[in-house]
Amino acid sequence: MHQEYTVVEGDFVNAGKASSSVKKTLKQLNVNPQVVKRVVVALYEAEVNAIAHAYGGKVLVDIDADKIKMVVADKGPGIPDIALAMQEGYSTARPEVRDMGFGAGMGLPNMQKNVDKLNVTSEVGVGTTVEMEVAF
Amino acid sequence: MTLQEIATRIGATVVLGAEHLDEEVEHAFASDLMSDVLTLKDTPLLVTGLCNIQTIRTCDMANLQAVLFVRNKRPSDDMIELAEDNDMVLLCSEYSMFKTCGLLWDMGIKPLY
Repeated sequence: MHQEYTVVEGDFVNAGKASSSVKKTLKQLNVNPQVVKRVVVALYEAEVNAIAHAYGGKVLVDIDADKIKMVVADKGPGIPDIALAMQEGYSTARPEVRDMGFGAGMGLPNMQKNVDKLNVTSEVGVGTTVEMEVAF
Repeated sequence: MTLQEIATRIGATVVLGAEHLDEEVEHAFASDLMSDVLTLKDTPLLVTGLCNIQTIRTCDMANLQAVLFVRNKRPSDDMIELAEDNDMVLLCSEYSMFKTCGLLWDMGIKPLY
């Protein structure tokens, strides 16, 4: 099953809509609730990151019988130092991101804690792609 | 301790979910940082001063069913609508985060960590 969602820069009101929709789908498919939570927490953090840091992007979700693959690809400034961005507490978030309850440098670490596979690729001035996979 | 008992003792207003007030609460977690809430393995009562749509989205992702807003923060209509979709309970207290947490502690509500 393939699903696609569009992420709009600065659109915090809709941050999490893709994750909410994926949650409903996985519940309907009777996926273990603990696994569903891991999936949607990671995807939600990735969505918030794309909205907070980039100029918009796409969320691509592929659900198979035994796993879910999620790709959040944004057009944006990119991440100059991915290893640094992965460190808990490191953040470049603007004040409005913090006003929404995020921006404490926990997004990428939270993704890593919840997924089985995480791959972050980025090109400065072009954008960032976050690929995640969780086995059911 | 039920949500109803908590609401009564701290004089909180029930904004949503009156039909779920008989649910038991054992633990609470207080934070304005939603990334921190997303790390929780358990599903406590959330005590927060962050009152925007992401508070409700975070609860949806983290499977939290009850939120206690402090300092007279009032959830907006779109927050209430989303919370209703998720069968949540929304309570509002006029007290500060510190006082609210102190009262919850006195009632025997436990921390997660």
